[in-house]
Amino acid sequence: MIQVSHLTKLYGPRAAISDLSFEVKKGEIVGFLGPNGAGKSTTMKILTGFMPASEGSAKIAGYDVFENPIEVKRNIGFLPENPPVYPEMKVQDYLQFAAELHQVPREKVRAAVDQVLAKTSLGDVRKRLIGNLSKGYRQRVGLAQAMVHNPAVLILDEPTVGLDPKQIIEIRELIKGLGGEHTVILSSHILPEVTATCERIIVINKGRIVAEDTLDQLTARIKRGLIYSMLVKNPAQEGVSAIRNIPGVQTVTQVGPKLVVEIQPGSPEVRDQIVETAVKREMGVLEFSTEKVSLEEIFLQLTTIETPNETAGVAV
Amino acid sequence: MNFKNAWIISKKDFRTYFTSPIAYIVIAGFMLIMGWMFFYTLSHFEMQSMQYQQYNMGKGPSITDAIIRPLYGNMNVIFLFLVPFITMRLFAEEKKLHTFELLMTSPVTLTEIVLGKFLSSLLLISIMLGITIVYPIILFVGGNPDLGPIVTSYIGTLLLASCYLSLGIFFSSLTENQIVAGSLTFASALFFWLVNWASQASGPTWGEVLNYLSLISHFNNFSQGLLNSSDVIYYLSFIGLGLFLTHRVLDSYRWR
Repeated sequence: MIQVSHLTKLYGPRAAISDLSFEVKKGEIVGFLGPNGAGKSTTMKILTGFMPASEGSAKIAGYDVFENPIEVKRNIGFLPENPPVYPEMKVQDYLQFAAELHQVPREKVRAAVDQVLAKTSLGDVRKRLIGNLSKGYRQRVGLAQAMVHNPAVLILDEPTVGLDPKQIIEIRELIKGLGGEHTVILSSHILPEVTATCERIIVINKGRIVAEDTLDQLTARIKRGLIYSMLVKNPAQEGVSAIRNIPGVQTVTQVGPKLVVEIQPGSPEVRDQIVETAVKREMGVLEFSTEKVSLEEIFLQLTTIETPNETAGVAV
Repeated sequence: MNFKNAWIISKKDFRTYFTSPIAYIVIAGFMLIMGWMFFYTLSHFEMQSMQYQQYNMGKGPSITDAIIRPLYGNMNVIFLFLVPFITMRLFAEEKKLHTFELLMTSPVTLTEIVLGKFLSSLLLISIMLGITIVYPIILFVGGNPDLGPIVTSYIGTLLLASCYLSLGIFFSSLTENQIVAGSLTFASALFFWLVNWASQASGPTWGEVLNYLSLISHFNNFSQGLLNSSDVIYYLSFIGLGLFLTHRVLDSYRWR
């Protein structure tokens, strides 16, 4: 549905994105993840035909973004970073305008507006001025605008920014429900956002793709040993060094009463031994737990290290 | 170029004039000043005609010379002041609110967007002009004015005001700041209005050029009931150039 190949955008001498290539299949929900200024918005603006690329090409629904911009624009719904709403318009008038602008046939405009109002649960505020609505509602109106003409491809730039937790969950559910029928690309710098909604993740940093995979695969890529964290009453030095000497233990870091034990990748089960040693040395074990690899960590590794594939395991 | 798309945009912008106070303020101000001017020229004309009769000075001034010409001449000046308020928000506001992105990512061309904006402001101007038809009606009820100069004055005023509009839309496309757009519109419209003042001092060739460039020098024929194709062409090309430059500016906005 979306094919991007060797896309490059230069702002003067600075490249906002360079040599970006990826593909999105029909019905997929893909997350575009990256720190602020990574080039997410730029990519989206190019995909939506708002700005041309310096090099490379992008195709949406079989149409080239540069050669057939009108056809492409007919097939996409776009929610930019700032919801493009007119404060002096009423919600339903605005959505009607958006529908007409996207060439929804006149007799179907009303039904399309009603439908999208129900989908985004904006029915209660349909007659209110957008300018009087809270930020969360405005964001939803922006999302409704992107969906009103039932486009094949939805491009959402940080769709849940400025929403309260309840609204965030609602919007995520809504986006999840769009998969299958619609192809969705959404960008975010918030990780749980992407984990909650997307099937596939494209991590982008400094204008380049640093990883592109499903969440499970990304987690597996971080070849890092297990980490246990331990809370003790008496973190005596001898006890700490005894644990350090257990075969398989790579490092032990002590922060106050907390010990962080890192295990060498591929070593056998050592949890028994660690606890045993601690009990023997009368350290007074209060807590023992496994630390999970969070997406934050994957993300940080991928975006802070130049060549993530080779060095990811060594980090931490 | 699909006229329907341009119409969708102009419909939206035309409505916005009336959901904000702009349209009401501009129309009310316009009617107030025009009403006062009509009253003044009419009573002045009445007094003059009476004096001519009293002292047997022959035929008094015609309605065309004493009322129509000053009335529509002044109307042009008022438009010069009011048009910046009408056009300043058209693109500046869209950019500031980021709604320009909505227009640019919708299946409409830039030409349709620019034309839609122009049409919405033209519609407002036409309504303002439409209300002033009441003055010639009063003149027809009480007297016997020439129809010709009235009709050509309306055509000329509409064209001249459209020149201001296209100038205003151009400046609105340059900035996000409405005040800047409005000020630049006013200043440059005034410049094109007064540019022929320097014609006498500029030698024969340049004098003619400046005279040709001046917006007001082309209006004289209209106010005398003459529909001169060269004047119409001048106004139309002025409007066309303004809109074309707007198109270029907005297109370059995408490349930055």
